[in-house]
Amino acid sequence: MADTTASKSPAPGTSRQMLAEFWFYFRENRGAVYGLYVFLALVAIALLAPLLAPHDPIIQDRGALLVPPFWQDGGNANYLLGTDAVGRDILSRLIFGARYSLFIGVVVVTIALVGGIVIGVVAGFFGGWIDMVIMRVMDVILAFPSLLLALVLVAVLGPGLTNAMIAIAIVSQPHFARLTRASVLGEKDREYVMAARVAGAGNMRLMFRTILPNCLAPLIVQATLSFSGAILDAAALGFLGMGAQPPTPEWGTMLAEAREFILRAWWVVTFPGLAILITVLAINLMGDGLRDALDPKLKRS
Amino acid sequence: MLDRIKDDTAVAARNVLVEVDHLKMYFPITAGIFRAKVGDVKAVDDVTFDIYEGETLGLVGESGCGKSTCGRAILRLYEPTAGAVRINGRDVASASQDQLRKMRPAMQMVFQDPQASLNPRMTLAAIIGEPLDEHTRLAKADKLARIYELMDQVGLNRNFANRYPHEFSGGQRQRIGIARALALNPKFIVCDEPIAALDVSIQAQVVNLLEELQDRLGLTYLFISHDLSMVRHIADRVAVMYLGRIVELAPREALFAEPLHPYTQALLSAVPEPDPNQEINRRRIILTGDVPSPANPPKGCNFCTRCPAVMPICRQDEPTYQEVAPGRFVACHHYANTTMTAGLTAAAEASGQNASGTKTPTVPKGQGIQQGD
Repeated sequence: MADTTASKSPAPGTSRQMLAEFWFYFRENRGAVYGLYVFLALVAIALLAPLLAPHDPIIQDRGALLVPPFWQDGGNANYLLGTDAVGRDILSRLIFGARYSLFIGVVVVTIALVGGIVIGVVAGFFGGWIDMVIMRVMDVILAFPSLLLALVLVAVLGPGLTNAMIAIAIVSQPHFARLTRASVLGEKDREYVMAARVAGAGNMRLMFRTILPNCLAPLIVQATLSFSGAILDAAALGFLGMGAQPPTPEWGTMLAEAREFILRAWWVVTFPGLAILITVLAINLMGDGLRDALDPKLKRS
Repeated sequence: MLDRIKDDTAVAARNVLVEVDHLKMYFPITAGIFRAKVGDVKAVDDVTFDIYEGETLGLVGESGCGKSTCGRAILRLYEPTAGAVRINGRDVASASQDQLRKMRPAMQMVFQDPQASLNPRMTLAAIIGEPLDEHTRLAKADKLARIYELMDQVGLNRNFANRYPHEFSGGQRQRIGIARALALNPKFIVCDEPIAALDVSIQAQVVNLLEELQDRLGLTYLFISHDLSMVRHIADRVAVMYLGRIVELAPREALFAEPLHPYTQALLSAVPEPDPNQEINRRRIILTGDVPSPANPPKGCNFCTRCPAVMPICRQDEPTYQEVAPGRFVACHHYANTTMTAGLTAAAEASGQNASGTKTPTVPKGQGIQQGD
């Protein structure tokens, strides 16, 4: 073994190589790639909202109530997608709404993921009665229809976007806990865990440094899929008046406000609905692609 | 390395490093929704032996006889059901978790499957450095220096430090496993079939590495294997396990020259002879039937269902595990009253002669058995 040369190659190769391999599998799924593009576009829109939006999303124009989109009779190029019942520009509200939706997705998934991982790792690693108790509690949470439980939680905590996010996170957390537990059960009897034990690793190190990194692939997939679920649930809570409160340009809340104008002004309900549809579809497609690319059965050979 | 000089003699004079005292490892069998215990799998059943400092004790037996479980129970990777394991005089089997962690540096393990025993998400440096993280407070530079030193010791290129296990070949992975085991300067290493998952060409390299490290660092090995010729090459003394019990333990030369227990005789008769002239004369003892389930071992001697020399008493009483000649332990009713055959006495004499302080060169396998000088 030559100790002299060839020292340049090994170090950077590893993570970039993994990324390249990931992209190779991800690219196979065309829908997932489109989903990724749409998602990236949404992120860009959310970040650049103040620059992109033609109007302030909360300012009401009393002279332009329920103006239709520009291509319809009576439409106005000033308000491309029309205005709502109090004269706010729908396009601007949708653009700012992207911020809320993505924010909700990120926060909910983070809370649910962290909580679910900790609970799932503890349950899977220790087993026995700890596992029993934790998993039965998770089963109870799963037994309720998730939206209904979220609704109850928001009713207890009080309406508002923050509480809605907490409620949705609590409701979606058992999925992560079960998934983590299942992976941990599969990994914890592997020899490398025993090797770490021989090396003297304590329980904390075994759980979070040794086992957890090997359980992440299914969790990443579940996280993307819950991301869209969180946006949908937040929109539903907003629609029911339990989520974001009226002046906020949140898509679900916009739908709720537009309920009474469904027959008179179709654009007021259609555009927020379309926005939710496109976002959720894009993220779900992306999640499917991630699952294909990270599937351990395909990768670990 | 094949002609490494072994010193069978000093074995008797050396200190006992590991004492395994009536070790039992039962796994409960549960049934029904309430997980009621309905029985035990007696994977290791009342095993007693000593390992001397600096020696290699080979532990052989067929698949499922409890060799690996025994090795793991000694390191307390399983919670033993009963018995004691003293390493350097300190009991491992009853130590608290905290005490146990402090004792870990003295005892390490090399695993069977080098692929499975290395964390796929850690780099080589992180894997070898893990024991150092846990037991030492080295500065980053010192730790890296120690990792490089270990990599040099096992013959790994230093440039590999940032690679992941899947980028290595089987032999290299096993070297990583050995480097990790050496990180804390252990005295005692359990080698759990370290070569079973490797190519034959790589096996010799790894075994030579283990021997070289033993010479250099004064290590003590418990070498678990089902490869009899490899055990004959590396071990100073050999213990034979059958169905959770040790049936025979003897110095290597004595065991291979004159196996006492009928099971050992059958086992050794299965080793092919490289010399075709001798191969013709080789007489195989074919055992009939299967190994009984360790959940339901037969009454009396565990081997009574398959033993070619079974006696009525074998089906009644368990044979005691006793020393029938200096350094030779056997659990068989045939030797209960030390009514030794002439051949056995000769073998015992030979090993006794051996114990007088002469050096016996290792016989490369296949060259016949050399007794004494």
